[in-house]
Amino acid sequence: MSLTLQDVDRLAHLARLALDGPTAERMLGQLNAFFDIVEQMKAVDTTGVVPLAHPVEVFTDVALRLRDDVVSEPDRREANQASAPAVEDGLYLVPRVIE
Amino acid sequence: MSMDLHQMGVAELAAALAAGRVSSVEATQALLQRVRAHEGLGAFLAVDEAASLAQARQADERRARGEHTPLLGVPIAHKDVFVTRDFPTTAGSRMLAGYRSPFDATVVARLGGGADGHPGAGAVTLGKLNCDEFAMGSGNDNSAFGPARNPWDPARVPGGSSGGSAAAVAARLVPGATGTDTGGSIRQPAAFCGVTGIKPTYGRCSRYGMVAYASSLDQAGPIARSALDCALLLSAMAGPDPDRDSTSLDRPAEDYTRGLDEPLPGASAGRPLQGLRIGLPTEFFGAGCSADVQAAVRAALAEFERLGATLVDVSLPRTELAIPAYYIIAPAEASSNLGRYDGVRYGHRAAEYTDLLDMYRRSRSEGFGAEVQRRILIGTYVLSHGYYDAYYLKAQQIRRLIAEDFLRAFEQCDLIAGPVAPTVAWAIGDKADDPLSAYLADIYTLPASLAGLPGMSVPAGFGAGGLPVGLQLIGPHLAESRLLHAAHQFQRATDWHTRAPASVTLSRQA
Amino acid sequence: MTSASFLVQGYEVVIGFETHAQLATRSKIFSRAATAFGAAPNTQACAVDLALPGTLPVMNRAAVECAIRFGLAVGAHVAPRSVFARKNYFYPDLPKGYQISQYEIPVVQGGAIQFYLGDELRTVRLVRAHLEEDAGKSLHEDFHGMSGIDLNRAGTPLLEIVTEPDIRSSAEAVAYAKELHKIVTWIGICDGNMQEGSFRCDANVSVRKPGQPLGTRREIKNLNSFKFMQQAIDYEVRWQIEQLEDGHAIEQATVLFDPDTGETRAMRTKEDAADYRYFPDPDLPPLVIPADWVARVQSEMPELPRAMAERLVREHGLPDYDATTLTQSPAMAAYFEATVRAGAAPKAASNWIMGEVSRRLNAAEIGIEACPVAPVLLGALLQRVSDGTVSNNAAKQVFDALWAEPVGVQDGSAALARVDAVIAAKGLRQMNDTGALEAIIAQVIAANEKNVAEYRAGKDRAFNALVGQVMKATQGKANPQQVNELLKRALG
Repeated sequence: MSLTLQDVDRLAHLARLALDGPTAERMLGQLNAFFDIVEQMKAVDTTGVVPLAHPVEVFTDVALRLRDDVVSEPDRREANQASAPAVEDGLYLVPRVIE
Repeated sequence: MSMDLHQMGVAELAAALAAGRVSSVEATQALLQRVRAHEGLGAFLAVDEAASLAQARQADERRARGEHTPLLGVPIAHKDVFVTRDFPTTAGSRMLAGYRSPFDATVVARLGGGADGHPGAGAVTLGKLNCDEFAMGSGNDNSAFGPARNPWDPARVPGGSSGGSAAAVAARLVPGATGTDTGGSIRQPAAFCGVTGIKPTYGRCSRYGMVAYASSLDQAGPIARSALDCALLLSAMAGPDPDRDSTSLDRPAEDYTRGLDEPLPGASAGRPLQGLRIGLPTEFFGAGCSADVQAAVRAALAEFERLGATLVDVSLPRTELAIPAYYIIAPAEASSNLGRYDGVRYGHRAAEYTDLLDMYRRSRSEGFGAEVQRRILIGTYVLSHGYYDAYYLKAQQIRRLIAEDFLRAFEQCDLIAGPVAPTVAWAIGDKADDPLSAYLADIYTLPASLAGLPGMSVPAGFGAGGLPVGLQLIGPHLAESRLLHAAHQFQRATDWHTRAPASVTLSRQA
Repeated sequence: MTSASFLVQGYEVVIGFETHAQLATRSKIFSRAATAFGAAPNTQACAVDLALPGTLPVMNRAAVECAIRFGLAVGAHVAPRSVFARKNYFYPDLPKGYQISQYEIPVVQGGAIQFYLGDELRTVRLVRAHLEEDAGKSLHEDFHGMSGIDLNRAGTPLLEIVTEPDIRSSAEAVAYAKELHKIVTWIGICDGNMQEGSFRCDANVSVRKPGQPLGTRREIKNLNSFKFMQQAIDYEVRWQIEQLEDGHAIEQATVLFDPDTGETRAMRTKEDAADYRYFPDPDLPPLVIPADWVARVQSEMPELPRAMAERLVREHGLPDYDATTLTQSPAMAAYFEATVRAGAAPKAASNWIMGEVSRRLNAAEIGIEACPVAPVLLGALLQRVSDGTVSNNAAKQVFDALWAEPVGVQDGSAALARVDAVIAAKGLRQMNDTGALEAIIAQVIAANEKNVAEYRAGKDRAFNALVGQVMKATQGKANPQQVNELLKRALG
């Protein structure tokens, strides 16, 4: 199978990227070249193989570490918003959100 | 004396500081001067003399108060994916140009002033090091702020993504640096620049404060001149971070310098590695690996034999599958990890936009470079409805098969050895138009990354064009000490790791 | 499940619920910032909540325990291993560009909610309940054409509770939601405050002709009051039926209910709702819940409202209505049981708590836990009613006095002493001395020959007049039955 320009546009939209025509064309070629080498995975029989989500699973039991329900984060709004593009009254400003 | 400060490694400099032969302020000033003299290397993205000297003064004061932590006053530098309070953090991306983190990464804090009740080893931050954007790349030519150059040949790449770290250490701008390794980003630049680097077992070092690329693969590690220096740095970096990183391993930090000089149990001083079985994966020595690299690696392996190690052939039959598996898993995680860069709370926001959607799309495409956008597209695709099973799930299954191949191989050997990369460093720009060829060049580092195994790059001589070649050592999970011990014994018998690029010698005489 | 379905204009209504219950933890689900409501914008959003570069999630144990409690409360399977997944989409109130939720393997699986609809016991099956993080808020008041984003709520722990499409009417939907609300507040995992958004319901509504496959559903979002819930569903059902009757197909949509117009309107659909690209979160290993943890939580579970109501019927012979009313809240149930322990007859205690006590509490706008008359005092008072010391009417005056001057009493005897003192002080003791009463009756007969004659002539009203005279003469302290008997006897 090979991707089309429409696929690239759909993916770019999903990923919130703006690709101009030539860029989309170039990406399309590079993506398809990549997925050619991905094809070899198809030949591998992986029936019954448990996906390895956390690499350390293969040598130790992994279980989510749980933390006590304690509040210890002070208000650092000023420092946290120091790099914010647009702030007013402590709120982050964005183009109008319509529901 | 201070003329030669830059010639000292981490251990030497720490000793000189402890003995009071030099102050942290002196060392910091000398190295900052050297950094300025080598700006052309493009190794540093941020230097702040005042900030570094303030840390150095603090270190000297702590020393005066009788404190002596392992790295007290030693100047080091951090790959720019570690967030820092005193320096901007960009991850090599326009998206984060000028970004200031309100906190230090756990690794930065533990190497430096400490945090969360952890004392900190006392190192001084000399600056932030260049890298491929969001650690995506193997040439450091994907940095939004220009490439870092290879001190052995400025026309060549230093490797990536921790290219600035390897270049800075090789050029003797800093005795040691931090790096991160997701698919080879510590080992490959270390190899290309003729320095030593170790990627620990996944989870050994906290990822808190590391700008995330691929969460199930990212791992921090040191790059320095020797295994001993790496051991010193790693001892400070490693250890659980239960309050900050749910994937950090529940294993106490170790002193990785302990026993480095001792021969293996039952071995003699003359043959200190007697009894060590080193596995050579046939798949790592095929036609894909260039002759000059093979020759250097074989010679290094012969040295290991002289040190008492025995070489055994092993097989990692799914080595080639590591490329598609990695380049599906890592971009998938990256496409999600980079969703936070939306121009709302920090980072680049487009100057002009028509509405919210337009703001997102422009800000992200202006802020991200081509390789990052390419991987975001790949990741978005392999996770999207109808393709998840065929790509992402399949890749995670193959990932387990690859990990099991290693477990099987380690039944026949204690360490695995091979080349780090198929070739020496390539010319800047060579792979720019052909990303796939760069992906393929990661073939020897990807398998250990997917399996979460510790891996090292050890200087092993020179290949074509007099460029360094690295020997890769891969250990079983948690076997960092075994790796560092073998590397250290090799470095006691060889001097590859002491070789400095000519350009550096010149600037010394100047 | 169709036993209670009734048809609306020949259509069967099919409703499934998704409820987001905000879990009553101090800190957020993945960060150590406070969850308290109403703080200044973004002052309770820490680096993790803001998704600053390099931050990572660390799971709050208390949120997991809330999920276990809920699972046990609804007879569900508490998964020994569940997995957190990322739900990827872009929205300004979603800092990471993904929401951490549970997808393929939720922590609570199955279970059911039982409740009375009228006098029919209904069961709504649960599909699942999973842990996830809340998003922030977009404030739409105009900042020169921009919206303001407050991320204080981002990262607040939620339990999303999903039902099978078992609900068949708006009334049943409300009854289900009220029962679920009762359960989550009863077991203490949610404060239930609907105004503050602690308990938010989404209803998936569709209609079909009986026997037909399920119709296309529309999801009504954020139903945050029981009143609007019924209005919204009724409107939606009528709207869907009209559409179908007019030959239009229903299109799947998310709609909002406007309390002002009483209508539902389709929301502007969130971009790409279609493709969330779920995958297991690599930052969070699987959530493992060992059996002994579940056992410990089980051992600490309170008796649940439904079970307690059944017990009250069984042990005290109360009507279902009383039992259900008395188990509205743990406090009310506890007050009732304490009153009965203090010697009150169960039905009398029930009548008083649902009547006089509730009336006074409502008037004073306080909860029963703050009732100035302790259960042990009410118990003592009702003893005095049943043993004839005071009449039920007089007892209300005693209760007023007890309410007006609260006095702490240690035990039952102290309570009786206090009640008796009030009765004496107010002179409300019922006259049970037969001799004295007979004497008064004799005087009344002697003084009212006219009435006596009329009575003997068969006029009942005359008898009532005589009773009135006797009660008057005893200042109302006589026991009316006793007066009747003795008067009849005296008149021969």
